[in-house]
Amino acid sequence: MKFIDEFRDKEIAEGLIQRIRNNSSRPIQLMEVCGTHTVSIFRYGIRGLLPDHIRLLSGPGCPVCVTPNEDIDLAIALSRQKDVIIATFGDMMKVPGSTSSLQKEKAEGRDIRIIYSSLEALKIAKENPGRRVVFLAIGFETTSPTIAVAILRAKNENLHNLFFLNSQKRVPPALLALLQTKRIKIDGLILPGHVSTIIGTIPYQFIAREFGRPAVITGFEPLDILQGIWMLVKQIEENRATIEVQYRRVVHEEGNPIALSKIGEVFEKDESRWRGLGLIPDTGYRFKESYKEMDVRNFEVDVEPSREHPECVCGEVLQGIKTPLECRLFKRVCHPENPIGPCMVSIEGTCHTYFKFS
Amino acid sequence: MCLGIPGKVIEIEKDVAKVDVGGLLRDVSLDLCPDVSVGEYVLIHTGFAIQKVDEEEAKETLELLRQLAETM
Repeated sequence: MKFIDEFRDKEIAEGLIQRIRNNSSRPIQLMEVCGTHTVSIFRYGIRGLLPDHIRLLSGPGCPVCVTPNEDIDLAIALSRQKDVIIATFGDMMKVPGSTSSLQKEKAEGRDIRIIYSSLEALKIAKENPGRRVVFLAIGFETTSPTIAVAILRAKNENLHNLFFLNSQKRVPPALLALLQTKRIKIDGLILPGHVSTIIGTIPYQFIAREFGRPAVITGFEPLDILQGIWMLVKQIEENRATIEVQYRRVVHEEGNPIALSKIGEVFEKDESRWRGLGLIPDTGYRFKESYKEMDVRNFEVDVEPSREHPECVCGEVLQGIKTPLECRLFKRVCHPENPIGPCMVSIEGTCHTYFKFS
Repeated sequence: MCLGIPGKVIEIEKDVAKVDVGGLLRDVSLDLCPDVSVGEYVLIHTGFAIQKVDEEEAKETLELLRQLAETM
């Protein structure tokens, strides 16, 4: 078993689609929270296979997209300091800040390096003892433990030139904020499989308990997604609301306790600013006292005042309130070669996915 | 960004595993998932194994899916 091809079987998919069609009687809106789900749903044409009365909405689950302009501007300002090396995941390069982007800064000669793993930032810091290395710590709970490991190692190895621009986000409290706004009708949630690999099922219980909505933690192959939708349809038809797991091969109730303990050693929860959603309690992390010296926000650096393109509707796209097709900039001015907002930059951004597949 | 890929553990040396991902060998940190053995599959995210892939659960899911599809 390779755990990929088996979950792409066409005949089983057809049977599942038929089952969804036969058992779904009422109009419903389901939100896929995770950008990786959005990409899979478009890649496999899942929207077109569902009956018209089941509508899928894309949610705020793209870490690059929800990173506020202030943090991009701070990264750009830091990159202009002569002794600084920026280490970043590739997705962040093209994200437009208020007046520049990391890609433009790199073309101007700034030392900005694309890395694949947080441990590479550690390596760069060791190889450049005379310079300050700033890792752009972007990501949800899937990525946070990997960032925590890099911080713990840096501390253990007495590395004093590695710093972190911490813009990590926590998913469950953001879903709480989204459900509380009531700006959009959500009948069920397709929950992110890999975030849940780390955090488990318990942090989502409020969705069923307080909002009476069903939710299913779902994998990313087409059969996973179809089964997740089927499980939601079944709960809705039976007037049930519980948190179920479709992605049982990697998601357990308790999550990954080792990963959670690494996060807990280094960070404590804090409010965080999300593009489009604003400042939300408990949706971010701050450094615990013993690790504060690695926080780049202690640096003295002039950052330009932050501003966004007035016509970009990224914020509303992230909440499922608008689709990219309702944006005046989409495809006309804003496209992957010239992204105006971050939802067009990230390969998991809703606008990028719409552009690529529609 | 929350991309995770399954791969088969080929070799383990201290806290790093060589993992076969679609025919390519990658070094993967086992800091977050130390309790794995050669021959098992792990889910990889940004160079870290973040969970073991449970083959029994995968088989059960596939069996359930087949039943759901066949009884239509």
